[in-house]
Amino acid sequence: MLCCVCKEKPATVHLTEIKNDKMQKVDLCEACAKAKGVNESSFALADLLLGLGASQEIEQSSGGVEVKCPKCGFSHADFKKAGRLGCPECYATFADGLESLLKTMHKGTRHAGKVPEALRSQRDFADRMKTLQKKLEKAIEDENFEQAAILRDEMKKLGGKLPSTTAK
Amino acid sequence: MKLDDYLVAPGEIARRKGPHDRIVMSSRVRLARNIRDGAFPGWAKKPERVRILETILPAVEALPELKGAFSESMDNLSTLDRQILVERHLISREHQARSAGSGVVLNRDETLSIMINEEDHLRMQALRPGLQLRQAWTAIDELDSHLEKQLTYAFDSNLGYLTACPTNLGTGIRVSAMLHLPGLVLAEQINAIIQSVNKLGLAVRGLYGEGTEALGNVFQVSNQMTLGESEATILERMEKVLAQIIEHEENARGTLVEKKAKMVYNHIGRAYGILANAHSISSKETMNLLSLMRLGVDLSLFPDAERALVDELFLLTQPAHLQKQHSDKLSAEERDLLRADMLRERLAKVARPTVRSKGTNGGGLDKADK
Repeated sequence: MLCCVCKEKPATVHLTEIKNDKMQKVDLCEACAKAKGVNESSFALADLLLGLGASQEIEQSSGGVEVKCPKCGFSHADFKKAGRLGCPECYATFADGLESLLKTMHKGTRHAGKVPEALRSQRDFADRMKTLQKKLEKAIEDENFEQAAILRDEMKKLGGKLPSTTAK
Repeated sequence: MKLDDYLVAPGEIARRKGPHDRIVMSSRVRLARNIRDGAFPGWAKKPERVRILETILPAVEALPELKGAFSESMDNLSTLDRQILVERHLISREHQARSAGSGVVLNRDETLSIMINEEDHLRMQALRPGLQLRQAWTAIDELDSHLEKQLTYAFDSNLGYLTACPTNLGTGIRVSAMLHLPGLVLAEQINAIIQSVNKLGLAVRGLYGEGTEALGNVFQVSNQMTLGESEATILERMEKVLAQIIEHEENARGTLVEKKAKMVYNHIGRAYGILANAHSISSKETMNLLSLMRLGVDLSLFPDAERALVDELFLLTQPAHLQKQHSDKLSAEERDLLRADMLRERLAKVARPTVRSKGTNGGGLDKADK
């Protein structure tokens, strides 16, 4: 595709503008883009990909201090450049700045979908133990020791580490 | 592996049927996944990408769904083969540009495609003809459930599946449908539709995804938000919106035939005229004209042509597919000549569009356009 201004050099800068419901496309070569005052580098890629202000959000949350991911060495300057993170660990490293960013781009900030089965059974197990533990405490509080014994056996059978419970 | 030994014939792909395939050309569900140990492909250095590929590839190849699949590292694929895969929507344009340390796995009937080290370690998609989002989701969900037993995914109980770009976080799901909407384009309602679809948090893109033109009146509608709601909720919203778009497209076609029949038949007749008689034609013009011919088939103007013929030509006339049919390296100009030759030959048996008289399907020619 050739630049639509000079019609000589290949177009490398593509702009799409929507004005009064009409889409207008402009394809420019680098030189013409510069001449027209379109400067691609004035937009960080992160801003283009994630919406304006995205890179700033991450930057501000760090309080101006250069934060680097301890695992992969990715910095917020890299995020600004790439609009993507370095490794899974980065989500913990940049958690503060990401939170508000995620709010603007998603329905919510908590995952509500599929969970890998290995984690699901772990979580189910933890939930189950927690419920039993609560029931056990209640039974002890009510001095219903017969019920407490049954619950303790049930927890033992589940194979979890039994938390120490002290009857009052 | 030789890609040619695996590719399904375009004619066969074009004949696959699905619900609403008059308007919905295909349905696709893509999942983004990453393994826990390793930087994302965009940040990982080459040796790490190679290590990740070597970890993932055997696990993917061992999946029951991918028995006898085509599996190759991107640097072993020629430029032409990669372009073929893009034209078939089996890999992304981004993946096309990758080389060592990235790979692709395709099942025999081209309904599953796995890209390794694209933007994420894993981009897995299931494709179905027509409107079959749920079937595509079930297929890829199953594959994913098998794969998670072999690999340790990067997953956080609050944020879900962790992805290179925060826009894919959570479910990592992209549900999309490829829609042929010539009615809405001709009726000049397409921009209004795109705007209202955007308001619902869904994206509308061109034929080859992000940043591409809607060639041949083909639009891709997909979800944008991936975190904070379940896959089922996302699927449900997509289904509702697609049902509406289908209805609007059908209505637009009906109204056009009723009120602006001359305009529609003029477009279709001219499209056929050029396609069946040209001696040089670009791929872009071909797609736009084939779209009108497809509309003509839907409106019963071509009694002896099937939609599958148009869909086959839609694929066969694209640059890489055209090159594949010839042994010499073709220039763009030579391709335009050979494309026109093929179209003339394939359309020789298709009679010019006939408009039946009032009262029958597609009628109304004598009802003048005000």
